[in-house]
Amino acid sequence: MNEIIDKRYFSEKVVKLVVKAPDIAKARKPGHFVIVRACDNGERIPLTIADADTTAGTITLVVQDVGASTRLICALEVGESLTDVVGPLGRATAIKKVGTVVCCGGGVGVAPLLPIIKAMKQAGNKVISVLAARTKELIILEEQVAEWSDEVIIMTDDGSYGTKGLVTQGVETVLQREKVDEVVTIGPAVMMKFVAALTEKYNVPTICSLNTIMVDGTGMCGACRVTVDGKMRFVCVDGPEFDAHKVDFNEMMMRLKAYN
Amino acid sequence: MDCNTDKTSPRDAEWRVRLREAMSAKERAAIPRAKMPMLDPAYRITCNEEVNQGLSAEQAVLEAKRCLDCPDPQCVTGCPVGIDIPGFIKNIQREAFAEAASVLKATSALPAVCGRVCPQEKQCESRCIYNKMKKQPVAIGYLERFAADTERTAGSRASVTKEAPRGIKIAVAGSGPAGLSFAGDMIKRGYDVTVFEALHEIGGVLKYGIPEFRLPNEVVDAELDALRELGVKFRKDCIIGKTLSYDDLLAEGYRAVFVASGAGLPRFMGIPGENLSGVMSSNEYLTRINLMGAGHGGMTPVAHGKRVAVIGGGNTAMDSVRTARRMGAERAMIIYRRSEAEMPARLEEVEHAKEEGVEFLTLCNPVEYRGDEQGRVKSMLVQRMELGEPGPDGRRSPVAIEGAIDEIEVDEVIVSVGVSPNPLIPDSIDGLAVSRRGTIEVDDDLRSSIPLIFAGGDIVRGGATVILAMGDGRRAAAAMHRFLSGE
Repeated sequence: MNEIIDKRYFSEKVVKLVVKAPDIAKARKPGHFVIVRACDNGERIPLTIADADTTAGTITLVVQDVGASTRLICALEVGESLTDVVGPLGRATAIKKVGTVVCCGGGVGVAPLLPIIKAMKQAGNKVISVLAARTKELIILEEQVAEWSDEVIIMTDDGSYGTKGLVTQGVETVLQREKVDEVVTIGPAVMMKFVAALTEKYNVPTICSLNTIMVDGTGMCGACRVTVDGKMRFVCVDGPEFDAHKVDFNEMMMRLKAYN
Repeated sequence: MDCNTDKTSPRDAEWRVRLREAMSAKERAAIPRAKMPMLDPAYRITCNEEVNQGLSAEQAVLEAKRCLDCPDPQCVTGCPVGIDIPGFIKNIQREAFAEAASVLKATSALPAVCGRVCPQEKQCESRCIYNKMKKQPVAIGYLERFAADTERTAGSRASVTKEAPRGIKIAVAGSGPAGLSFAGDMIKRGYDVTVFEALHEIGGVLKYGIPEFRLPNEVVDAELDALRELGVKFRKDCIIGKTLSYDDLLAEGYRAVFVASGAGLPRFMGIPGENLSGVMSSNEYLTRINLMGAGHGGMTPVAHGKRVAVIGGGNTAMDSVRTARRMGAERAMIIYRRSEAEMPARLEEVEHAKEEGVEFLTLCNPVEYRGDEQGRVKSMLVQRMELGEPGPDGRRSPVAIEGAIDEIEVDEVIVSVGVSPNPLIPDSIDGLAVSRRGTIEVDDDLRSSIPLIFAGGDIVRGGATVILAMGDGRRAAAAMHRFLSGE
């Protein structure tokens, strides 16, 4: 159970793991996440499922080394196993044919965005993907994204690849140029906050996928609570996707620092 | 195997008649109630060791002599599962400790757990004849624990009769007290039982909720081992309704399902500042420490507040505030909007908390939390209350005293004002009738709107006790067996 079947480094700190988890592979839909533990005594870490193969019985996870627990996960080699993998958790993305969809992802946020891009395309939408990162080496999954997108726009902070600038500039170019029916954004909280502010100005419905602190991931602890439209919501059971225009991102960013 | 049909220790057995005749009621009543040996408060707040140390054999036998072995024992009517209480107590008196454990096991799946966490003062002990005689009731809880612990430490388990395998697969969703008691009864009836647990540890609230100092994991693990030996299979990290759907279970050959997924969702009060860092649910706080080992070698972080306020007056609030003391809180406070008399927590837990230096700020209701520039809680405003007229539940309801608002410095707040049923399973099964409160609706047999799905414990009750959950597990097992076997 939970064996690492394949491992690839996207960059020094970003790893793709293909994990044996047949029941989860079968049950998962775009937008779902899992909770994993790398060892006994390990933390429960939520990770969005980037892909699944029901024939091979595997799920794909993209993990960024940002602390002790993610470092342990990234250090696992092919043949080793995660101590625990549970899921799929959360509500699946609502995939509909709406017309033109802009999918914008920052950093490792592109990994959970990929299944949504694919499903949006398969549902008959025109998909424009905007991928952003600090620098060229941190742009991941470009090829796979391109396969399911009508257009891919790359943005880097330092201009080492694609266009120099922030993700919002890439999205705004599209919004100014054509009619967009929906935006999906996954990435760092601050990025989603600015994407939401931008699309609100253009009055385009926008979905974000939140990655808050969690313990159990099943609604039990409430650590992941966020304020959406003035109401308390649990990311694990009510989300992880919400109307980005209604999320209190400032509060969420403050709560993400609770254990720093 | 139903309640009270155990005939191993009938009241008219010769040995029991002899025991009754050996001592007068007056002599029995003159014996003072046993005192539970306890760790010293100053020591116990430095560690996680169990506070109650358990009676010695000598104490237990003496306490058992106090029991009058009434012809119409009222204690039994106070027990939600109807344990043959005089039957096990008289076995302790004759020092047949293994027999005593057998009598308990005939009715209760988890006697070592119930002996520790049941509110006996509101159940069996509240009906003891001694109360009418203005004397302290027989310490039934202490004796239950003694019999169960003696069996466990002796290493020889009370024999359990198991019917021949029926080759019928049954799934249980949730490994807390309801699921475990159901599994125990069904395996004894010859069913092939698999218990599915969402978390990475088996035991539900017994593991993530109740702290080590009140219920050691070792005690729970021994009960789990006993179930494993009987043939119960456990599968962790598997969420019914998510990992496996109800249809998946049917496809895998399961004939029926018992849903015992518990009251998962913590409630908050909806007051300003409740989302500040440092404010959390008791579920989060206790799970980090009890399940994840935060502060005891686990990688999961937890706040070590110096001034900790716990909101609420139930057992979970007591568990949280006493845990906070052990995690180094200099000031650990219970903030409760009614008076101490209305507190739902067990008396013993309140007393233990006081011994450990917990402050009780009763008739106080939080109205706002205030944070620093980093968004961390630094103080709270509490509204002073007074008791008004009794409400529909008979408890006098608190009324705000106008203008009486105090600010209290805090760096950690644990909200323990109740839980709601976990929505995962109700949301995932089409056609399952659910109440407005989110609980699964069941009939008297604990059967849901879907004939092959039964449910019990907090997913039906919305937030109750270990013993009531266990009782549900037993009732559901009996009803499901009747349904499946046509008996």
